[in-house]
Amino acid sequence: MSASAIVSILFDGLAYAMVLFIISVGLSITMGLMGFVNLAHGAFAMAGGYLVVSLTKSLGVPFLPALIIAAVVVGAASIPFERLLYSRLYKATELDQVLLTIGLAFMAIASYTYFYGPAPLTVPLPSFLTGQIDIGVRTVPAYRAFTIVVGAVLIALLWYGFERTNIGAKIRAAVDNRRMAQSVGINVDRLFTLTFALGSGLAAFGGGLAIQTFGLTPSFAVLYLVFFLIIVSVGGLGSLKGTLVASVLLGVFDIGGKYLYSDAGGFFIYVLTVLVLLIKPAGLYGRE
Amino acid sequence: MTAALQVEKLNRSFGALAVTRDVDLVLERGARHALIGPNGAGKTTLVNLITGVLRPNSGRVLLNGDDITTVNQAERARRGLARTFQINQLFRGLSVLENICMAIGERDGENNNLWRPAGAKPSVIEEALDQLESLKLVDDALKLVKELPYGRQRLVEIAIALSQKPRVLLLDEPAAGVPSSESHLILDVVAALDPDIAVLIIEHDMDVVFRFAKEITVLVQGAVFTHGTPQQIMADEQVRAVYLGQEGLSGGAHHG
Amino acid sequence: MAANETPTVTAPVTSTAAPSARARAMEFIVKRHYLRPWEALPWVLVIAAYFIFPDRMTFGTQVLIGIMFALSLDLVLGYAGIVTLGHALFFGIGAYTVALLTARWNWGEPISSMLVAIVLSAAAGFASGWFLLRYRNLTLLMLTLAAAILVQEAGNYRSDITGGYDGVPGMEIWKLFGVFENDLYGRTYYVYVGVLLFVVWFVLRRIVYSPFGAALTGIRENVRRMHAIGSPVHLRLVTAYTIAAGIAGMAGALFAQSTAYTTLGVFDFDNSAKVMVMLILGGTGRLYGAFIGATVYLVLEDNLSKMSPTFWQFGIGLLLVLTVLFARRGLLGVIEDALKLFGRRSKS
Repeated sequence: MSASAIVSILFDGLAYAMVLFIISVGLSITMGLMGFVNLAHGAFAMAGGYLVVSLTKSLGVPFLPALIIAAVVVGAASIPFERLLYSRLYKATELDQVLLTIGLAFMAIASYTYFYGPAPLTVPLPSFLTGQIDIGVRTVPAYRAFTIVVGAVLIALLWYGFERTNIGAKIRAAVDNRRMAQSVGINVDRLFTLTFALGSGLAAFGGGLAIQTFGLTPSFAVLYLVFFLIIVSVGGLGSLKGTLVASVLLGVFDIGGKYLYSDAGGFFIYVLTVLVLLIKPAGLYGRE
Repeated sequence: MTAALQVEKLNRSFGALAVTRDVDLVLERGARHALIGPNGAGKTTLVNLITGVLRPNSGRVLLNGDDITTVNQAERARRGLARTFQINQLFRGLSVLENICMAIGERDGENNNLWRPAGAKPSVIEEALDQLESLKLVDDALKLVKELPYGRQRLVEIAIALSQKPRVLLLDEPAAGVPSSESHLILDVVAALDPDIAVLIIEHDMDVVFRFAKEITVLVQGAVFTHGTPQQIMADEQVRAVYLGQEGLSGGAHHG
Repeated sequence: MAANETPTVTAPVTSTAAPSARARAMEFIVKRHYLRPWEALPWVLVIAAYFIFPDRMTFGTQVLIGIMFALSLDLVLGYAGIVTLGHALFFGIGAYTVALLTARWNWGEPISSMLVAIVLSAAAGFASGWFLLRYRNLTLLMLTLAAAILVQEAGNYRSDITGGYDGVPGMEIWKLFGVFENDLYGRTYYVYVGVLLFVVWFVLRRIVYSPFGAALTGIRENVRRMHAIGSPVHLRLVTAYTIAAGIAGMAGALFAQSTAYTTLGVFDFDNSAKVMVMLILGGTGRLYGAFIGATVYLVLEDNLSKMSPTFWQFGIGLLLVLTVLFARRGLLGVIEDALKLFGRRSKS
């Protein structure tokens, strides 16, 4: 394998990993916080993707602002779902949670198919994101470089918010021990609504970012869901670091596997997933 | 004579927190032993270590002289170690009778049968009904556990453990959560237990402890503070200071 | 069924109120597994359908296969409480056993290939269950999901053998017993699958009413207590999982035989989700939920998806949400409640 191939795999894998991370991180934190198995998380990402398409194509909003608007709108729109539906099932079994959220995902897919049609959509990109750029060692697709930069910025923001702010400390405390957090006066319910909205907003942002890489169809809501779930469980529920490590592992492994053994496809990542979970059932950075 | 249950130098910690420290405990056959101590002393952890829910970091547990330290929870139960839980652990969606049959069926291997209808072996059901009768629960036999008042659920909790025909029985606050007007029902059952069974009871109500126990172990911060007869414990100034002082000698204050 | 096993009831002398309570309890347990008249209803309907819709038997066969698949899930999910998102794994192994036997080894005899399918899928259930059933909750959910996709990806890797997502080429299923060819309307297979479904139902009914079945319910209701009373929980779960895998494999084999067609799509998450939805819709932990759920689901799907697949998908999603929020015991639960209400009304 040539050095150039290795650089390609690492670079493409990393760009891919950033998208996976941005979408999965919200899922990880909400699942860590409430233990809620949310199979509709991909639907929020999908909704974000479509909102970005509508904003850019119909309203002529530039791509970058469209991403941010989509994140805010979807994040806000997710709050009623959390308050009216999810909150009723916090104490229910994971089976009930799985069923409710599969149901919501199906409804979302059907609705978006009805309004946008089943065909894959694209998004108009600004010119500086379409070509190749030179990063010194070689030229790379500008969009992938952009994805990595955006991912790095978001990671830094999340890390700061999580580790350095008051609200982040509360979230960490609640993930660690919900009862304890409640008993010292943290309003866990409100905290959860907040993280849920943040997570959905990030998913929407990631959904918009993913259009160029994954393509956008309504079935996006469940097509990559398995990936997000794998990242969350391999990384460990509620762990920022775990989600990042798992995203990078999976992104690089998947790209590498497809690059080197195209037929074996995703086989490697599922083997990796099963092995990690058999050895560490709570994930790499999860609490046992 | 080998002790029914023997615990030797048992240690367990969660991270940096040592919750069980060098605990020794001996229950002879037919023992009536009380385990007391302030909240957070590690009493339930000790029960979990003895029954195999948790594994100790070091030390040994012997049941009738056999080392069972590495034996799993279910196997310990099959060898005659039964427990009740501080918070009910019942089959809430099943009838009281089925709850009891479950324990009997696991004890005598009947539950390995995939083909014969559960109702076709009268001996199991007769025994279950006898058990319910002795605890005055037979009128509720067909009621679902979740439909019973809490006090009666507590009795089912004990009935399941007794149906295992244990040689050693660990009772984790049997009357916890039961209104005092009903707690005597449960304590009567405890007082009337088969004299051959070795019993370890965790209890906060000092009246009960002093009436029931022939031996008392005081656990403080995960370690055995002292142990002796009820008279010795009652006379022990240090115990009064450390533990009884907080609760009052006959206070009977309940803590969850 | 068990009339000669009825034990004599001994009345105790200790109290005056006890004998009747005791006798009632005894009678209830002894008669618990007796067949009730309404349990004949599904079978009357299965037979009636044959005469009422003689030209829809190909579809009818798929309904029977759906019921069988859902029944197998009921044993693990409804009774033992194992939440799996990968039950399609065993259905797929069954289907591929049949498909590969005929396509690769020219063996298209239906009964023997179905038996091989049952053995292989049960073996897969045993092997995967042995590792996976140590875990619970999300980890188990993920492992069952990943196991099914793992096998699917492996099949895709060797698409030279499996035919990938285009399907196994050249499947040729022989005549049943060397005599009965499947006719244009699928009547032969309807009868064949119907008889096998009856056998599966009979076996599962014995199991769920056995002490072992009671122990599975115990694990579902409170696994901590099961450990504490000495139950070999892992062994019980693996046993149930193996049986269910065998039955799911049987359903898969019958699917491949009746349609003479199989693709890697059988391993899809959609397929695992679909069987779960059928069961939840009907009601879990009571065998007949599988009958009613699979029938309602497939009939609705058949009619609505022809009109508009989008509408159908929205409908099934909404149905799921409503079921979870308002009718957790499924259609059977709704029917029971309605009957109870009706009974109360007519009395007053």
